[in-house]
Amino acid sequence: MTLATHYPILQVVIPLLAAPACVLLKNPRACWLLTMLVMLVSLGIAGQLVWQTSESGVISYAIGGWAAPWGIEYRVDALSSYVLLIITTIGALVLPFAARSVADEINIKMQYLFYAAFLLCYTGMLGITITGDAFNLFVFLEISSLSSYALVSLGKDRRALSAAFQYLIMGTLGATFYLIGIGLLYMMTGTLNMADLAERLPAVNESRTVLTALAFLTVGISLKLALFPLHSWLPNAYTYAPSAVSALLAGTATKVAAYVLLRVLFTIFGVDFVLGTMPVAEILIILGMAAILIGSMVAIFQENLKRLLAYSSIAQIGYIVVGISLGTVTGLTAGLVHLFNHAIIKSALFMAIGCIIYRLNSVLIGDIAGLGKRMPWTMAAFVAGGVSLIGVPLTAGFISKWYLVLAALDKGYWPIVVVVLAGSLMAVVYIWRIVETAYFKPYNGPASISEAPLTMLIPTWLLIMVNFYVGIDSSLTAGIASKAAAQLLGVSP
Amino acid sequence: MMLSPETAILASLFLPLAGGVGVLLTSNRPNLREAVTIVTSLLLLISVFSLLPTILDGGRPAVTLVEMLPGLSIAFKVEPLGMLFAGIASLLWPINSLYSIGYMRANNEKHQTRFYICFTIALSAAVGIAFSANLLTLFIFYEMLTLSTYPLVTHKGTDDAMTAGRTYLGILIGTSIGLLMPAIIWTWSVAGTTDFTAGGILDGKLQDALLGLMLLLYMFGIGKAALMPFHRWLPAAMVAPTPVSALLHAVAVVKAGVFSVVKIAVYIFGIDLLQAQPWTHWLLYAAGFTIITASLIALRQDNLKRRLAYSTISQLSYVILGVAILAPISAMGAALHIAAHAFGKITLFFAAGSIYTAAHKTEISQLDGIGKRMPWTMGAFAIGALSMIGVPPAAGFISKWYMLMGAFEADQIVAIGVIILSTLLNAAYFIPIIYAAFFKQESTESAQHPHGEAPLPIVLALSATAALTLLLFLFPQVPLELAREVVQP
Amino acid sequence: MNDLLGLYSYWIVIVLMMAGFYVVISSSNLIKKIAGLNIFQTSVFILYISMGKVDGGTAPIVVEGSSNAIYSNPLPHVLILTAIVVGVATTALALALVVRIKEAYGTVDEEAISESDNEL
Repeated sequence: MTLATHYPILQVVIPLLAAPACVLLKNPRACWLLTMLVMLVSLGIAGQLVWQTSESGVISYAIGGWAAPWGIEYRVDALSSYVLLIITTIGALVLPFAARSVADEINIKMQYLFYAAFLLCYTGMLGITITGDAFNLFVFLEISSLSSYALVSLGKDRRALSAAFQYLIMGTLGATFYLIGIGLLYMMTGTLNMADLAERLPAVNESRTVLTALAFLTVGISLKLALFPLHSWLPNAYTYAPSAVSALLAGTATKVAAYVLLRVLFTIFGVDFVLGTMPVAEILIILGMAAILIGSMVAIFQENLKRLLAYSSIAQIGYIVVGISLGTVTGLTAGLVHLFNHAIIKSALFMAIGCIIYRLNSVLIGDIAGLGKRMPWTMAAFVAGGVSLIGVPLTAGFISKWYLVLAALDKGYWPIVVVVLAGSLMAVVYIWRIVETAYFKPYNGPASISEAPLTMLIPTWLLIMVNFYVGIDSSLTAGIASKAAAQLLGVSP
Repeated sequence: MMLSPETAILASLFLPLAGGVGVLLTSNRPNLREAVTIVTSLLLLISVFSLLPTILDGGRPAVTLVEMLPGLSIAFKVEPLGMLFAGIASLLWPINSLYSIGYMRANNEKHQTRFYICFTIALSAAVGIAFSANLLTLFIFYEMLTLSTYPLVTHKGTDDAMTAGRTYLGILIGTSIGLLMPAIIWTWSVAGTTDFTAGGILDGKLQDALLGLMLLLYMFGIGKAALMPFHRWLPAAMVAPTPVSALLHAVAVVKAGVFSVVKIAVYIFGIDLLQAQPWTHWLLYAAGFTIITASLIALRQDNLKRRLAYSTISQLSYVILGVAILAPISAMGAALHIAAHAFGKITLFFAAGSIYTAAHKTEISQLDGIGKRMPWTMGAFAIGALSMIGVPPAAGFISKWYMLMGAFEADQIVAIGVIILSTLLNAAYFIPIIYAAFFKQESTESAQHPHGEAPLPIVLALSATAALTLLLFLFPQVPLELAREVVQP
Repeated sequence: MNDLLGLYSYWIVIVLMMAGFYVVISSSNLIKKIAGLNIFQTSVFILYISMGKVDGGTAPIVVEGSSNAIYSNPLPHVLILTAIVVGVATTALALALVVRIKEAYGTVDEEAISESDNEL
């Protein structure tokens, strides 16, 4: 028994234990240091897990030595290691940024609580990703959700409170729906282990209980995923949350929900049942396309930059869902690649907005006029992220669009191609409004505004560099993604 | 020192970018900054032309940078057509830089550092397009060219410039993402490759209406070729300072468009396939329509630069027409016309900028008698105009000649009619300008504001390009040889 | 008919679920929303608890000599204990948020809150 065999549990337990430690420490700096340490260790472990799964296949870890399906099993395959890598990467880059941003935006007496909640939220998401047990997933889901409600409510504006409340109501409904679905599945199969469920379900596939379970699960997860038309909580939550929280949630929360959707649809129910027998794919594709069009359209008319990005996120979730629902290896690869790409792009954009808030104290588009001269690096990062949202080549966004259009063409779904491209063109409009304002309008803000501090700029730019890197050489993301897609669909890559 | 062909390819791509960094570093010292631009442009010229002997000997040097997607790399391969395009762009850049310096200083333009940096990026993108070995690489540099020229179009920062910038970006990004990108992905999906291959890669993969649709996506997707109705960005881009209009919107950007059109028609579809499939023959009519309509619009423009812009639109469609005639000899004419039009049109734009700098005139109706005050400028203008019309001794004559020969060979009555009619129209909108400049009396108002020639760098530059136009007529061998190798590999 | 009555526990679940859901959606008072959410969650608790019932089963305690007795399934009960704890935590957090909202806005009525936000 070496340490390496315990990586799956360490991945979750380390941040979980660090959270109460933060409450005990109370000193904001010490808390930050501890959290940073945890983030780096987690990133290291996630990297190790990616490596291990690519070397030796699926890792199964029995908690407390109780073998599955009786005990809780942690299961790391290509997909979960990929999502773990996304979460830990975003976490490790958001936190350095958070130091300044949190000190600026959150009351000093609350800061240690911020770090504790941040760690819990992080734990929850890692747990969701790593667990192989459907009920355990619910517990982690609630850990991450409850802490993210708290995190959102820490925003400066009082509207953060009502946004958090709305988020809480919708989130709890979603989680409870998930709980009902799992309960119904348990009634029919007597197991909660995902692999075990997958084995036993085909025998009872036809029963109405299973169909009801599928419906509850899909709706519940869609709520968490903010899939149109269940997205109403997201714009407010992202807009009024503290910058660091927006950056973390935008990069990870919806991605983890997409992961849960994949697990439920493909691992538990199986592609033949979900896409063959039931019209789930058709429904999700239509909703995803609506999300792309409506999210992008609404984004065009926003005056608040964070809200603009939030609506853009709704559209991007549409891309992910469309890719997933195509049900082919290329389609799933497209969805998964965009999972990663959108995570880094959106986090980077929210961090750039965080830099603007730090200096300017405003997120209205009218107030950033001429800011390109005053904060060149921040705005350059924003433009780089923006062109990636559009899908300009050499950025990560291009790779996503490429795979998605390719997958749609392979299936002969022309409307999807049209919608995806229309979404890109609308992204041109909402991004370019910002570019024009920032670069070509005269500056009329206070004279003291200068570039954001390096501790905020460097993480932002690191994400932007990652964005360009995976845009130029996609073998890392697309490689893992296509392997994970093949695993989910049960075909050899 | 001889560069190996592979090094020369990479050097041609990265030299302009390195020059851009140099410009940025020397932004506080204008003289040094301009020196950096000139030196960079000369180095680029050397490195591009060092490839010429290899290409003429039949060599096709190639470089692969990185594998971007499985099976799809950012890769470069120099073939005759690309060599021709890169050669034109790199030959005209030093001249244009000289001109820019005179123009930007004389007109006290702002943001000059940004201007020169964007120029270097645009040139690097143009070389990238020229040397691209597959559609993906072409697309990458195509978008890079669009984005890098956007700040040049909006250079003045006025509301007019912003509106124009929106049209510019909207049409170019819109068509490329909305049409070109799906066409490329579709090609990849059906053919399994996007490499430019002699004879095309789509033979046997698509038929009839689908092939016609694919051609439609490509031809309109390449908005830079300004096929109507996606031509409006080009007149809009005329708000940019004249050197931008001259090098980019008469040479680099629009030529990138028609170059891509020719390259895709020849290396992706293949002339034989296009000939065999009647569904693709609409292109001839689209090009013919654009030629005539744009010429008619040009007739009615009083703003000199706008008239030139519409003339460009119509001339670009000549190139497309040359391809659409589907005879090898007219395709040669098309390739040659890329060069002929480049030299002629840049001369015309230089002259327009020269008039603006010296006399602050932008409208054609103000130009009566200006030939006496600015003999060099208007002389060069006359040579450029002759080339546009296609009269010897200007280069435009040769390319039109080849196209006409091809049209006769292929029995394309429509094409013959279009070429003849448009020649008349060209004459109708250029000759009056020349006549007015040299033979009409100066208006009394103009006489009260006497002026001489434009600054020396400007005159030097426009004389050089006018001379090139004549030289190309006298010595068309090298471009002809390159063009011949395109159609007979 | 027998089936309909025999499944009475599910009817209770459905009625509670819909009642709770309705309150969450229709009420503009935040406290009432929380109450509705609780009712909604409770219905799920009952669903799980009733699921563990085995006809004639006793408490799953192994006593010597009764090895062939029928036991109720304890697992759903254990699961739902966890869910109840989660529910309590959710309620506590929601109530805390309402307290903060009351401090910030002076009201716990959703419409009044959005009105006072729009005035800004």
